[in-house]
Amino acid sequence: MHKRSTVIQGRREEDAVARFTTESRRRALSARRLRRGGLALALVAPAALAYVVFVIRPIVMTVQYSFYEWNGVTPSTWVGLANYVELFHNPELSGSIVHAFELIIFFSFVPVALGLFTANAIRGFATSRLAVVSRTVLFLPQIIPLVAAGIMWSWQMSTDGLVNQVLRLLGLGRVGRAWLGDFNTALPAVGVIGAWVLFGLCMLLLLAGMTKIDPALYEAARVDGAGPFREFFAITLPSLRQEIVVCLTVTVIAALASFDIVYIATQGGPGNSTLVPGLEIYYLAFFQREVGMASALAVALMVLVLAVVVPLQLINREGKS
Amino acid sequence: MSRPRFAQRTTFTATVLLGSVLTLAACSSPGGTAPTSKSASTSSSSFAGGAPSCGTAPVALSTYIETGFPVPKDLSDEFTKQYPNVTFNIREDQFAVITQNAPRVLVDDPPDLMRLPQVSELAKDGLLLNLDPYAKAFGWDKWPASQLEQMRVNSSGGRGDGSLYAMGLNFSMTGVFYNKELAAKFGMTSAPTTLAELDADLKKAKEAGLTPAAQFNGGATGGLAFPLQGLMAAYGDASAINSWIYQKPGATIDTATNTQAAEHLKSWIDAGYFASDINSIDYATMMSRFIDGKSVFIFNGDWESGTLDAKMAGNAGFFLMPPATAGGKFGAMSAPLTYGISAKAKHPDCAAFFLNWVATNDKARTIDVQVGGSHPMGPADAFMPSIDASTVTAQTLAAGAQIGADNGAMDFIANATGAIYAKSWTPNLQKMDAGQLDAKGLLSAVQGDYQSEIGG
Repeated sequence: MHKRSTVIQGRREEDAVARFTTESRRRALSARRLRRGGLALALVAPAALAYVVFVIRPIVMTVQYSFYEWNGVTPSTWVGLANYVELFHNPELSGSIVHAFELIIFFSFVPVALGLFTANAIRGFATSRLAVVSRTVLFLPQIIPLVAAGIMWSWQMSTDGLVNQVLRLLGLGRVGRAWLGDFNTALPAVGVIGAWVLFGLCMLLLLAGMTKIDPALYEAARVDGAGPFREFFAITLPSLRQEIVVCLTVTVIAALASFDIVYIATQGGPGNSTLVPGLEIYYLAFFQREVGMASALAVALMVLVLAVVVPLQLINREGKS
Repeated sequence: MSRPRFAQRTTFTATVLLGSVLTLAACSSPGGTAPTSKSASTSSSSFAGGAPSCGTAPVALSTYIETGFPVPKDLSDEFTKQYPNVTFNIREDQFAVITQNAPRVLVDDPPDLMRLPQVSELAKDGLLLNLDPYAKAFGWDKWPASQLEQMRVNSSGGRGDGSLYAMGLNFSMTGVFYNKELAAKFGMTSAPTTLAELDADLKKAKEAGLTPAAQFNGGATGGLAFPLQGLMAAYGDASAINSWIYQKPGATIDTATNTQAAEHLKSWIDAGYFASDINSIDYATMMSRFIDGKSVFIFNGDWESGTLDAKMAGNAGFFLMPPATAGGKFGAMSAPLTYGISAKAKHPDCAAFFLNWVATNDKARTIDVQVGGSHPMGPADAFMPSIDASTVTAQTLAAGAQIGADNGAMDFIANATGAIYAKSWTPNLQKMDAGQLDAKGLLSAVQGDYQSEIGG
């Protein structure tokens, strides 16, 4: 009994000592963390400040403006959600959003598909000089300013431009037309310009991803008797999951937020057939002077981009885990 | 354990961020401070007791002009020659850029002289100086009233009457240019005098295998508005169209005569008188095709007269859109090359003195005609430089006199509201060209957009 109590007592003392030491260690740790945290905060502060002033603040102000009717100069009137309601009722505004989604086909799917195909082909002769040359040539459109690309392509697609000349050479002169001036072809024609620009980026990203794949995998597959198709679908494609998601994210944003190419090539014409939200925001803010309406469309566009891109990121994260 | 703490910290950071953002955004309503209403009296009373002038002390007029047109620069150079104490700080931009930035520039960086789009909204917002005192001091109110009409804005924001808010460096006019050599090929030797004759000429040009008209209509520039408005004046009354442009109560573009005009235009489209690719032709392409002899006619304005005299000397002709019936009145779009003075300008007197000089000085008027190819502003009996009668400039000036006699000057239907051209005329004219809209549909669509814009 006595003995037991001593033991208990001893245990208590031990506990107290242990408690004391963990307590002091925790305090020391938290003090250190605080010191370190203070330093970290000080280091982060300038960047955070810039981010708040130049990114967060404009976004918050855009949201704020979207609840007003304002011409940009004179005092504004609070209109609540009226601008958003108008978004859904005006066919021109909702039409521009539909166009943006159509552009995803050209800005995202085409470059990613072509990029996969090309990167796979280039991987086949990765070490030769031809690979370097083709990689450089195919990436070139990416370093050309979008405005220049737009001007160049609007010449190529004009009535007497390169595209129609080639068609005439092939005896397809009848198919030829002013591609950017025809209601049926203007949006796809703008899409082709985007595909041309973004293809190089996708190809390079995917090619970089392919170099990371362990060659042993391919060897093993070959030993098991897999052909090039099987290799592509069983090894290359699954290994490139992350790169493909990155490509899709970048190009989907480019499609939904497109402005420069459309502005240069068609300015939304003919007859609003290539009107996209980016262009519509610009027209609303600077021609119609409806800053509130323009802000509402901008907020809607931001939400839309997030709605498409966030699920893509989730797919990517699931893939990793 | 780490999760909640992480969440806590995130919440904390977010709160701090949001707080600072809201502080920065200073949650007041945008545009809260009304522009300090600087009434005309404060600025323009500075010349009280004498005529406004540039004085003798050095003055640097800050000037914001449209790039690509040499007239304003040539005028300012000549002015500095005559008044050496005045220099010009010139900033140039494309007209579209000026249009977009006009309100902000007039507030933030007020120029003494600025090229302006249509003035009603700017005047209504109190951004432009009221020029009435100058008009009185210089006697502008004794000039032909139609010259200044488009730059007058009344107290309810309508154009066409009221106080003067801008001045023109000259005024231009539209009609039809044609290539004389190509016209001779299908037997057109003189300008048509009725619409039926023009129809016949277009038909002959088409049958001769030529492109009758490669009119620009691509992108955001609906150039079919030029022939359309010419046809509107051929069938109807110019003043009714002006009422619509000036936003007079109850005015509509969807009238019986305008429908006839739009149907006539549609018949030209259907007959293939316009190039098949006009929905992709921009203004510059149209000009280069016309100068290269790839288009017999173009519907355009006399601001190109000088260029055409230089680039196709003796080969370009001009006529006004002929009336629907023989002996009918002529009408044309005619607009001043509008310049205004900011309500916050530093040298309003000198700027106004310059504008008056441009209209009344012999050398300035010569520059207006020879370099600009357009008619100078000013009294009807003022000095006119002599010009070679064989030039297209001579023809456009003569046409200007005809329009004056017939009182047929109209502002451009594209100027009715800030966005009516880019957002309504252009897409709807493009649809009409592509066969998606008929005459009635075109006019009712534009009228709908017009109402939603001025009603809102």
